[in-house]
Amino acid sequence: MLYAFYIASAVAVISTLGVITGRHAVHALLYFIISLLAVAMIFLLFGAHFAAALEVIIYAGAIMVLFVFVMMMLNPGPRSVRKERHWLSPGTWVCPAVLALILTAELIFLLASGTVGFHDGTAVTPREVGMALFGPYLLGVELVSILLLAGLVGAYHLAWRLGVSRADGAGEGRQS
Amino acid sequence: MNGIPVEQGLIVAGLLFVLGVAGVLIRRNVLFILLSLEIMLNASGLAFVVAGARWLQPDGQVMFVFILAVAAAEVALGLALILWVYHWYGTLDADRACGMRG
Repeated sequence: MLYAFYIASAVAVISTLGVITGRHAVHALLYFIISLLAVAMIFLLFGAHFAAALEVIIYAGAIMVLFVFVMMMLNPGPRSVRKERHWLSPGTWVCPAVLALILTAELIFLLASGTVGFHDGTAVTPREVGMALFGPYLLGVELVSILLLAGLVGAYHLAWRLGVSRADGAGEGRQS
Repeated sequence: MNGIPVEQGLIVAGLLFVLGVAGVLIRRNVLFILLSLEIMLNASGLAFVVAGARWLQPDGQVMFVFILAVAAAEVALGLALILWVYHWYGTLDADRACGMRG
């Protein structure tokens, strides 16, 4: 159990180092997804199954998709095809793939050995989290929903003006 | 507690947070700066969950859910602003966007 924690922590720290030292944004994104999966593994080891699931679904799933879409908008044209071929070279994906394989092996080992603590009372169950969220923390949930609404309106406002400015003539307003 | 010392979990959270701070300081690409901010938010969430697991209380995971929502809103706005920076300056260099208008 302790060694599983050490391995997951090492994977998280190594992949985070890969994020802040990466040259291409897509490489950094790959490393960051591995880092998020490693942190989800640590959550699982600490008995926070609900947080682990949220980390994978929302962080590694939804938020990273936003980054990928923006990167797609920043790299249009035929130049990106050459870049894409370069990105798929083995040097790019071998290191994240090895880190992901380590995490997968660890997860399979833990599930097979049955030591993750689903039933032994050392886990904080999703039921308790839900009861707390909609009990004493109800005001916080409402405030967070207002924050998300503000983010939605703000992002729509910025993107709408960007679309209008692009339709007027791309690059005309460029100040550089 | 599953036999894992809570101090070591907090050490990992601190390491990840320091790596995020270093990323903000050394990178000049706004996209990488935003990624480093995400690393820092994630590290603070890890600290919350580890501390919540120490006393077997759900409060840590509740705070993690809040941090997740904050990160989602921040990423949506930050990426829209990054698109604006790229549109105006033609580059993602944070040092180029150093002047104010008006």
